Amino acid sequence: MSGLIDLSASQAAAAIKRGEVDPGALFDLYRQRAATDSLNAYTWVAEQAPKAPPQPSLGGVPLAVKDLFCTEGVPSQSGSRILEGYRPPYTATVVERLAQAGAPLLGKTNQDEFAMGSSNENSAFGPVLNPWDRARVPGGSSGGSAAAVAAGLAPWAIGTDTGGSIRQPAALCGIVGLKPTYGAVSRYGMIAFASSLDQAGPLTRDVSDAALLLSHMVGERDPLDATSLDFPEPIAMPSRRTLAGIRLGVPSELTGEGIEPGVLGAFQATLELARQLGATVESCALPHAPHALAAYYVLAPAECSSNLARFDGVRYGYRAADPDDLLSMYERTRHDGFGVEVRRRVMLGTYVLSSGYYEAYYGRAQRVRTKIAADFAAAFERFDFVVMPTSPCVAFELGSKLADPYAMYLNDFLSVPASLAGIPALSIPNGLASPPGGGTPLPVGFQLAGPAFSESQMLDVAFALEQALGFDGRAVRS
Amino acid sequence: MTPDFEPVIGLEIHVQLKTRTKMFCGCELSFGAPPNTLTCPVCLGLPGALPVANARAIHFALMIGLALGCELADHSVFHRKNYFYPDLPKGYQISQYDEPLCRGGELAGVRLHRVHLEEDAAKLIHLGASGRIHGSEQSIVDFNRGGTPLVEIVTEPELRSGEHAREWLSLLRATLRSLGVSDVNMEEGSLRADANVSLRPAGSTPLGTKTELKNMNSFRFLERGVTAEIERQRAIIEGGGEVAQETLHFDPASGALTTLRSKEEAHDYRYFPEPDLVPIATTAEMLEQARAAIGELPAARAVRFERDFGLSAEMAHLLAFRSDLGDYFEAANAASAADSGHAQQLANWVSGQLVARIGEQDPATSNVTPAALATLVELVSARELTNGTAREVLDVLLQSGGDPRAIVAERGLASLSDDSELAAIVAAAIAADPDAAAKVRAGNAKAIAALIGPVMRETRGRADGSEVTKLIREQLGV
Repeated sequence: MSGLIDLSASQAAAAIKRGEVDPGALFDLYRQRAATDSLNAYTWVAEQAPKAPPQPSLGGVPLAVKDLFCTEGVPSQSGSRILEGYRPPYTATVVERLAQAGAPLLGKTNQDEFAMGSSNENSAFGPVLNPWDRARVPGGSSGGSAAAVAAGLAPWAIGTDTGGSIRQPAALCGIVGLKPTYGAVSRYGMIAFASSLDQAGPLTRDVSDAALLLSHMVGERDPLDATSLDFPEPIAMPSRRTLAGIRLGVPSELTGEGIEPGVLGAFQATLELARQLGATVESCALPHAPHALAAYYVLAPAECSSNLARFDGVRYGYRAADPDDLLSMYERTRHDGFGVEVRRRVMLGTYVLSSGYYEAYYGRAQRVRTKIAADFAAAFERFDFVVMPTSPCVAFELGSKLADPYAMYLNDFLSVPASLAGIPALSIPNGLASPPGGGTPLPVGFQLAGPAFSESQMLDVAFALEQALGFDGRAVRS
Repeated sequence: MTPDFEPVIGLEIHVQLKTRTKMFCGCELSFGAPPNTLTCPVCLGLPGALPVANARAIHFALMIGLALGCELADHSVFHRKNYFYPDLPKGYQISQYDEPLCRGGELAGVRLHRVHLEEDAAKLIHLGASGRIHGSEQSIVDFNRGGTPLVEIVTEPELRSGEHAREWLSLLRATLRSLGVSDVNMEEGSLRADANVSLRPAGSTPLGTKTELKNMNSFRFLERGVTAEIERQRAIIEGGGEVAQETLHFDPASGALTTLRSKEEAHDYRYFPEPDLVPIATTAEMLEQARAAIGELPAARAVRFERDFGLSAEMAHLLAFRSDLGDYFEAANAASAADSGHAQQLANWVSGQLVARIGEQDPATSNVTPAALATLVELVSARELTNGTAREVLDVLLQSGGDPRAIVAERGLASLSDDSELAAIVAAAIAADPDAAAKVRAGNAKAIAALIGPVMRETRGRADGSEVTKLIREQLGV
């Protein structure tokens, strides 16, 4: 049976199609592993495989799904106490599409509450442990999906990325994570954090898996999501071996200060490898990128303060017992139902949208956002992709940043610019680096950001790098 | 009203659009369906659900904008209006803010500020004696109404009295009704009006402190509420006090105005652009469709009635702004012989005798066909029926329908056209009352009434009064 674990999801799908692997056995194997998960990666695991559609393209390779995707009749709490006991009456479009394509629901994965966090410690279900070092965080907010894929508790998974919530945990867990172009994947049925930024994407063992899974997540726009878009062409399966003719831009603003030496070292080594593969690597400028984090931490809380208003105790989920009146029901329900980080962001967002402050904060942040998008657009006139590390650090110790929200927010400064620009970005593991002060070497992520709808080419370039890098994550899949 | 103060009134009108489905989801609009049966994840504000704007509602709103002479935006934006209330499942209402669909416009000399689209709230039912939230035992929510498309029409503060407000609103209702975009029924809530009321010294420009009146759910209550508020404010100002800015609830039963919210309790709605929707881009094609869908508007129809039928301005206006009367009038006119010259009389009969009998009922739904009314008017005009017997025939028609000529024949109501028969009846009356005859001969003109009465009784109204008078005078030689 252990041989099955070594198959990537696309290899497993191919083996099923050739009749060499029984999809039921594959599902049972992963179901068993997920059910005995000791990383706290899952919040719910399927009892049995759902009935498979005939001749599914993805063969029936089971899929781990971040808790915040609504799944009919299956707990969907977005990692929050306030949705205690909530089972949606419908399934998110992307989960439905993947199930139809032959990636049945294996389980729901742990996450930071409402996708707010970079460590998966803000979860009503408790923290997820990093399979590379259980004293460390897996990153967040899609920490459960990342840890499950890294540890072989799922063949592949989907998560969501608002300011780096797919890419950063993928980097910290040594797997591939891709945030698609904003609008490429339907948001219908994703419990919202920040609507103008949220985007679903794959977390996978390798680049080919990411391409295969993504190819069934995008396509025709979803009529139920007004912001969704037709993907211009099908996702191509990656095959590139060299990087001849590929121009990579290295933004000086995002490749210097504030990045751990080990991470920077791995990044430089990967740039050298890219040159050897034939790419041209030159520095470029994203002049407004240093302001991205500040803009992000105005815009995302502003949207979340409104998106989370529906959790009021009236219709579903948690409601405080015996309130004195309507106001006290609202206040106590939301105080007790939300964790501290969610409350912090709701208050921050409420503040920046308040009369008299709107222009100074929200209006200004929107203008910064426009400039960041323009910076990227200018860079893409000279370069195919902009590259930088995914996370400024390797996985950090559980609890080490909880007391300092600002230190935690700084984890996002390399991933947030692409989010604000609405462009696709991908993280691949590019080696291991010791944390500052020494210790077991931990995965590092290399990030590519490209123009809207450049996913196929981006995956192709990532594939060439992946083959040359030869990153091996088998150690944590035992 | 003392001449020293001038009331300034603006209306904020909400119109439920008669689309098939709700503003942002596919649920059908409710017309008395059992509570909470016309709902879905979107209009219940379930986690993960997303709005999609109803194209038909936008079309209707454009028709309204065109009909009211507004400037239509080629780019307009939905905003979120954030506040907590149990009838608002998302914790925000999707509305429009600083980029509405329509600006400006005018109706009957009152300028409009703006016209925009939004969604209706759900319906709260407060169980308890008062029927209001204060003092209720329990409140329950029916989400059927939630998400119904609304158009909000805001006037400039250019109305001058409660009566003016009522009259103007009825003109607006007629205009909206002629567009076929709404039932515009105040009692049923498909037309709702709030009024902003303030007083200022007559002739001055700056506006005084205003109050907002809510819950005036009929035309009569609107007039009464505004009038009561003007009186209340005048008493405060004349007593040396200051009007407080507040929102008032009008109680139709007692006519009392009670405070709903003071200025301090006013919400900060934290408007920001709705990130789940894309802006409305009004295309030339959409405008063309809206233009084509608008029939003749009441104001234009009034002009036509005046010009083509020679009706007085007042009569033309009355028939044009009550489109059912206008339609009926035109149908009756069409049924009349060409060049009959009866338009004026038909208009009188429709607006006078018919309305006196059926009130607000659409005459087209009565037993009197337009052709029957046309025949009736022709009979009167040809002096075959007196006005009095024609009214009798109208009563019969309303009762059981039919053809006026048949009714006249059946009941022997035809005018006495045979002069010799009438002359004989007159002669008999003179013979029966020599006293009166003598007085008339002696020059007492009033005494003639004593002779006319018996003639009219004898002829049962079939004789023309002026004809009878003429014959009496002839026979008495005066």
